Amino acid sequence: MSGRFEPLPGGGAAIALDEVEISILRSLAMQLAELIGPGDQPAGGGDPLDALFVDGPSKPPEDPALARLFPDAYSPPDQELGPREEKEAREASAEFRRFTENDLRARKRDDALTVVRDLDALGPGSSGAAPAVLELAPERSRHWLGALNDLRLAIGTRLEVTDEDDGGELLRLPDSDPRKPMVMAYFWLGGLQETLIETLMPE
Amino acid sequence: MGRVSVTPVEIERPESREAPSSVPEPDVPWVTVVHNDPVNLMSYVTYVFQSYFGYSKDKAHRLMLDVHHKGRAIVSSGTREEMERDVQAMHGYGLWATLQQER
Repeated sequence: MSGRFEPLPGGGAAIALDEVEISILRSLAMQLAELIGPGDQPAGGGDPLDALFVDGPSKPPEDPALARLFPDAYSPPDQELGPREEKEAREASAEFRRFTENDLRARKRDDALTVVRDLDALGPGSSGAAPAVLELAPERSRHWLGALNDLRLAIGTRLEVTDEDDGGELLRLPDSDPRKPMVMAYFWLGGLQETLIETLMPE
Repeated sequence: MGRVSVTPVEIERPESREAPSSVPEPDVPWVTVVHNDPVNLMSYVTYVFQSYFGYSKDKAHRLMLDVHHKGRAIVSSGTREEMERDVQAMHGYGLWATLQQER
């Protein structure tokens, strides 16, 4: 897997993906969309517009990957707050979450599903054929960039990536380690994201 | 991913002015703080600071290094409502951001 995005003349990005890469990426994006989910929705098939007026959740998600994607807005991870400040921060975070999380979930899910749709539009890859070339307009690239980053955040949380890892520790895992395939995917996605950023970087 | 906001920013709160205990320091500005995390790429953090805040490449790069080495950086300041918008946008990009009143 050596995938990297190349800039297109006049803007946009292109990447050649073989059958296996397409299948892995599609599967990961689909899992991300399912993980994010629609959040808490009103039961039954009511007016879809009602969703716009329904409050989002007030507590952080219990799943660590989701908690990383939707963090508390008023609780800095690196500061000890006094009991009163802590209570205020918790209440303000809950309020913020009620107004923002559903919207954020919808956007992140949409980014992941954009990846799935774009991969599906590449058509059925005839096995053994040359890799398909995916071309993205800049606007599309931004959805992909969001999805690739969310994917790495989710996988990185699952793998418990730390600052010291930076490629060393995890890359040296023996092939027999059950985490190995996810580690390979994690670094492969990092390469995709890094090269996609280069095509978008404002000078 | 542009700025999207469903947050009712303009909700009127006429009573809040008469609640002195809850507004101790109205003139102290709020700040958006971005925290370090082991997953986000340095180039991505720089990209976000450039494209969302419109910062120069140098400024964006410097802030990214602060996040990376010091663990946090103040990336914007303003009213509480403005900072809530910025934090929401940072979460949209997948950066770990919080807001607080500057002390």
